[in-house]
Amino acid sequence: MDTQIAGRVFKFGDNVNSDIIIAGRYLIYIEPAELAKHAFEMLGADFPEKLRKYDIIVAGRNFGCGSAREQASTAIKGLGIRAVVAASFARTFYRNAINDGLTIVECPEAVAAVSEGDNLSIDLVKGLITHDDRGYPFAQIPASVRRILELGGLANYLKANLPGA
Amino acid sequence: MGKTIAEKILASKSGARAVSAGEIVDAYPDLVMSHTATWRSVSVMRKIGATKLFDPDRLAIVLDHVSPAKTEKYAQDQQTSRNFARDFGIAKFYDVDAGIAHLVLMENGHIKPGDLIVGTDSHCTIYGALGALGSGIGYTEVTSVWVTGKLWMKVPSSIRLVLNGAFLPAVSAKDLMLYLIGDLGADGCGYKSAEFYGDAIPQMSVSERMTVANMAMEMGSKCVFIPPDAATREYLANHGLDPAAYQPVYADADAVYERELSIDLSKLEPMVACPHQVENTKPISAVVGTRIDQAFLGSCANGKYEDLVVAARILSGRRVDPRVRFIVTPGSKQIMLEAMKSGVLQSLIESGALVTNPGCGACAGDGGMMADGEVSLSTANRNFIGRMGSSKSSIYLSSPATVAASVIKGALADPREFI
Ligand code: SF4
Repeated sequence: MDTQIAGRVFKFGDNVNSDIIIAGRYLIYIEPAELAKHAFEMLGADFPEKLRKYDIIVAGRNFGCGSAREQASTAIKGLGIRAVVAASFARTFYRNAINDGLTIVECPEAVAAVSEGDNLSIDLVKGLITHDDRGYPFAQIPASVRRILELGGLANYLKANLPGA
Repeated sequence: MGKTIAEKILASKSGARAVSAGEIVDAYPDLVMSHTATWRSVSVMRKIGATKLFDPDRLAIVLDHVSPAKTEKYAQDQQTSRNFARDFGIAKFYDVDAGIAHLVLMENGHIKPGDLIVGTDSHCTIYGALGALGSGIGYTEVTSVWVTGKLWMKVPSSIRLVLNGAFLPAVSAKDLMLYLIGDLGADGCGYKSAEFYGDAIPQMSVSERMTVANMAMEMGSKCVFIPPDAATREYLANHGLDPAAYQPVYADADAVYERELSIDLSKLEPMVACPHQVENTKPISAVVGTRIDQAFLGSCANGKYEDLVVAARILSGRRVDPRVRFIVTPGSKQIMLEAMKSGVLQSLIESGALVTNPGCGACAGDGGMMADGEVSLSTANRNFIGRMGSSKSSIYLSSPATVAASVIKGALADPREFI
């Protein structure tokens, strides 16, 4: 897991639901590359290509609400997005992102300050987002859960911790 | 200090004496449900090389969503799930004829008060209708629970919702929930447990409670509880569970709630959720007359027997407007059978409904897709953009009564006109 993430921001509003992130008809796939081709397609056919040019998604409240589909975080990873910073996450998306090894950061203050196209950097060790020379601290994911993220997701974690293995 | 229902259940399932909101525990669910997503969990199991389940009796698999298989890919995925269930001796396996997983599991006595259930579906909150803690997780996490028997859970804080008074005619649990979601917002109960109380609860059928617990997901609830009472016990007895088989969990009188809210049901009117967010709710009076091309009566929120009866009553002796495709999908095989025997299906068909096989149907985009510019009215729980077809179509949500009134008019209509 990278502890330092920096890049250009694409910004969304509140309540981006998981049907928007990846439509139900594509749940027949589980591969990141295949899912990424259709990510956010409901917002426009050009969205998957457009989002590939960004590194970090910044969003408002309740990002990933709705369906528990894990492919929502997989599709975002497939786009090459390295982190999602939101004012808050829906709980199933929050879990799925950790289990998928996608970095997520809850930081309403940074979300309020950032505009689309801005650059920001995230320091996961210090728990700090830097934007325009200002720092925005955020609460770290609980240590017991962070272990899953550090190993790149739950499948890897499970493989390393199989009962009886 | 007193404990909420969520705190008590999570303490008991994690082997702790007591836990409080905010703590993270390792909990052992009584049941892990998986639906159409089962093959994905099987593929994770193969990928990591796991060969043993923690306890095959804790798995339940129901092949809903797209049933029967619509494409070769679905057929292959269903075969993967079917073979897995056979090879691992999963007794609680239901094939494509059974219906929507949530309803099938409750109908077959697999959900007990006080249980902890996780599964590959956000609407697992519905099990709260029977006093069980249900919560959705992703497919990789399902594999993890299959293999290890446990998962980490944060003990949620709770809100207390007190329902008093009685619904006016043609107003129901769906209207209440649309009202609440509009009021509290899509994350108004985010990460929290919602406990329902009040003198309206004993009057509420278990079917209505299922609508409440199901829809509460759309305000972000992690889990929902309607404490078991005589109606719950009767439902459970009718579905093969006598009181000795379960232990209901109730909150302490001095349990700590983050917030308390009371609602007078007699003040509510029929509500609709307008495109493209469930929280975008309005009273029906604000949108009456909006033309619809399709209507859907079904889903885990409102595809139950009582829901079909409500619609059939309003439609009795009346006709579906020829401009509307009215799709009725019974939630399960048992519901379909009951509706056949009682004549409800015949009556709906004679009024002009298209009745499909049981399952998720149009709610999951399995049939009933909409074209550009079309408008649909649905009793399901989500109206997200593109969920039922074209991203240029739009979905309104309402109760079964409002759907029945609207298919008669060919436009959004007030059900109070028809009673
Ligand atoms: S009926 Fe709709 S909401 Fe319910 S489980 Fe099926 S697809 Fe999900």
